[in-house]
Amino acid sequence: MNTLDAKIPEGPLADKWANHKAKLRLVNPANRKKIDIIVVGTGLAGSSAASTLGELGYNVKVFCYQDSPRRAHSVAAQGGINAAKNYKNDNDSVYRLFYDMIKGGDFRAREANVYRAAEVSNLVIDHYTALGVPFARDYGGLIDNRSFGGVQVSRTFYAKGQTGQQCQIGAYSALSRQINNGTVTMYSRREMIDLVVVDGKARGIIARNLITGEIERHSAHAVVLATGGYGTIYYLSTLALNSNGSAAWKAYKKGACFANPSFVQIHPTSIPVLNDHQCKLTLMSESLRNDGRVWVPKQKGDTRKPTDIPEDERDYYLERRYPAFGNLVPRDVASRAAKERCDAGFGVGPTGLSVYLDFRDAINKKGRKTIEENYGNLFEMYEKIIGESPYETPMRIYPAGHYTMGGLWVDYNLMTTLPGLFAIGEANFSDHGANRLGASSLMQTSGDGYFILPYTISDYLADEIKTPKIQTNTPEFDEAEKAAQERINKLLSIKGTETATSFHKRLGKIMWDYCGMVRNEEGLKKALGLIDKLRDEFWKNLRVPGTGEELNQELEKAGRVADFMELAKLLVYDALNRKESCGAHFREESQTDNGETKRDDANFAYVAAWEFKGEGTEPQLHKESLTFDFVKLQQRSYK
Amino acid sequence: MNITLKIWRQKNAKSKGRFETYKLNNVATDMSFLEMLDYLNETLITQGQEPVAFEHDCREGICGSCGIYINGRPHGNERRTTTCELRMTQFEDGCTITVEPWRAAAFPVIKDLVVDRSAFDKIIAAGGYISTNAGAAQDANAIPVSKHNADLAFDTASCIGCGACVAACKNASAMLFVAAKIAHLAQFPQGRIEAAERAKKMIAKMDELGFGGCTNTRACEAECPKGISISTIAKLNREFISAKIKD
Repeated sequence: MNTLDAKIPEGPLADKWANHKAKLRLVNPANRKKIDIIVVGTGLAGSSAASTLGELGYNVKVFCYQDSPRRAHSVAAQGGINAAKNYKNDNDSVYRLFYDMIKGGDFRAREANVYRAAEVSNLVIDHYTALGVPFARDYGGLIDNRSFGGVQVSRTFYAKGQTGQQCQIGAYSALSRQINNGTVTMYSRREMIDLVVVDGKARGIIARNLITGEIERHSAHAVVLATGGYGTIYYLSTLALNSNGSAAWKAYKKGACFANPSFVQIHPTSIPVLNDHQCKLTLMSESLRNDGRVWVPKQKGDTRKPTDIPEDERDYYLERRYPAFGNLVPRDVASRAAKERCDAGFGVGPTGLSVYLDFRDAINKKGRKTIEENYGNLFEMYEKIIGESPYETPMRIYPAGHYTMGGLWVDYNLMTTLPGLFAIGEANFSDHGANRLGASSLMQTSGDGYFILPYTISDYLADEIKTPKIQTNTPEFDEAEKAAQERINKLLSIKGTETATSFHKRLGKIMWDYCGMVRNEEGLKKALGLIDKLRDEFWKNLRVPGTGEELNQELEKAGRVADFMELAKLLVYDALNRKESCGAHFREESQTDNGETKRDDANFAYVAAWEFKGEGTEPQLHKESLTFDFVKLQQRSYK
Repeated sequence: MNITLKIWRQKNAKSKGRFETYKLNNVATDMSFLEMLDYLNETLITQGQEPVAFEHDCREGICGSCGIYINGRPHGNERRTTTCELRMTQFEDGCTITVEPWRAAAFPVIKDLVVDRSAFDKIIAAGGYISTNAGAAQDANAIPVSKHNADLAFDTASCIGCGACVAACKNASAMLFVAAKIAHLAQFPQGRIEAAERAKKMIAKMDELGFGGCTNTRACEAECPKGISISTIAKLNREFISAKIKD
């Protein structure tokens, strides 16, 4: 495999998807029920794909590690979901949504994919509304929209600060309907622990039943990974604690290329780190920046209460540095600006590592009731953790690891480099470039599952209608199961002294310090050595109590951390290779005079897709060049 | 602070459980309740003992995974809080905390504090949806819905399926859970079409799965971390009775 063919259709940008759809082959309804499809993950991507494939009549098997598909981490998305409806008559359009995403991603995403994501966004909103998702409405009974970072229109659909949860419940209800209809079989409390490849095609998975510990074989004509991102590699992140990168990592080790792994979004508005026993950073939605103003005191080390600091002694640094977008600059820009102020000594709070997000002016202007309606649950969450009411005192926030733009490389059909293996939602890499704009993850993940994958997968499956049911009593399944079992045995047999959590914490610190918001060559090289050392220690001194034949949460953790030890190195390789700054990837060596990211389009306008070449061997880099036929490459500016 | 924990330990669904007592020292007051349990588990593992199994995921009160009976109340003493949102500031130095799994026939214990709540999924699968396929919908603004109804739908749809309502109820009734879903979907014109059938199917499934009946003690409402009101049960009864009358 030397070249990556993204299979981008010919023709004008706005016609590509329509032209492509017209050529995609179909599978007739009678044949669909003879075809098995495995979907791993039940967030918005997995639930939407599984229910839609079920509605079409395929035989679908769905897996999740949680006790119920409803609990997938999509529930935690707060602020909203974008669509180009132009309900606000503010001159929004599919093109403008596309352009905002391409620019927001700092010109490191594929034009054709991004345009398509924008194109199907309206269908997603229609579908969720039909399913009963209670998007916020105005008094005329029509749907309301709000604004998000990096854009100048209001195109974000929302349900208070619980948009992800509301969409997830909608997607889960549609999935439940298919489970009831018998088209979808649900396997909850199962963790995919390997991918099975037969004659070069993805044909199944090995799963561990998390209750009994039983290792199971499941086969299918095609496998869809909807397993989310790997942001928990930093240990402290906004993600659910059990979110992990293992499924994608297994796929990588079985031949699927991993693209742009170092593109990780650090979200600017999280509740800051409070103490060292903390295991999770709670996100405060970006939507808060619609009404909240970010500031630090003008005077270093000012210890006055924020409410006692007069207006002219406050530095609204985002408004100062970026007058055009103000508090609504994209996430990468806002995160770095917060870090810059704190590093310079202007940070607030007990650790000096936080900035204020202040609602005083919005409450004065719009009234407390309106603010409560829009953000009530977020304010409540904040108050529970910090013990201060944001209605009275400004919130304190700081950046935290959040979303991974990188992921499995996919072509325009959302198929990985491994035939028959598809990746959707956050698990793939294709739509957000080097920085994702707020409210576009729910949009992309749902678009993938409802309106893109069901069309493109049929083109692959059209060749499979004569393939009989895939048998699981074959050498390939034997081998995969044996390897998975051996690894479990190995993790259990070390019997050292340090827990998986402790190793995870140490790995997270290395990644945050050297491959986090700011990176440089020296630090990245140092990180490689540190990761190697830690990984050696892990395999010598890990302690996993209990056995493999029972519910064993420590064993689950250990397996995920073991994979992170490997994935961490790939992140660093990728960050080292990309000697430019773009979006969330900020290489200190490549910045403008005023500290903004400086891209190097001549040398780095490509997707870096990494191929596994065996344990202990460096991965091979494949480049997919990014060509921009419809937008002009330019220095991103929000000033 | 130093605390004493009385925790329900049960190896698996088949074995008999019992309370074990653990003394835990140097608990920081700014820990969350689950961080305190993490700390206990790290300590137990280091001492060569089995950690306590409990469910959790998002740790911000939205996924519904966590659910522990703390000092006799689901999710602990504080109102409108999930277990993961509970902070150790709620407890005093030297106190004893009793920690148990949900107790309900329909939620059998799997291990320690982990219970099987898949009965909730079965109730939803029986009818907790609006029957529409992807691609079939008209423009989202084609059906206006009054703000009042949309807000009501939101309030009931904010159910996270944690099961505290069942755990709190002396009859282990799932009425609040079922009623919330029925009330949510009935706020939309397209949701009215199946309203009667939905109520019948979901209630039949609930009865079949061994949940008890509602006797209006309102314990569910008091313990719901999302503050879902018992008035939704009245709405459910209305749907159910009108469906039965039509039969």
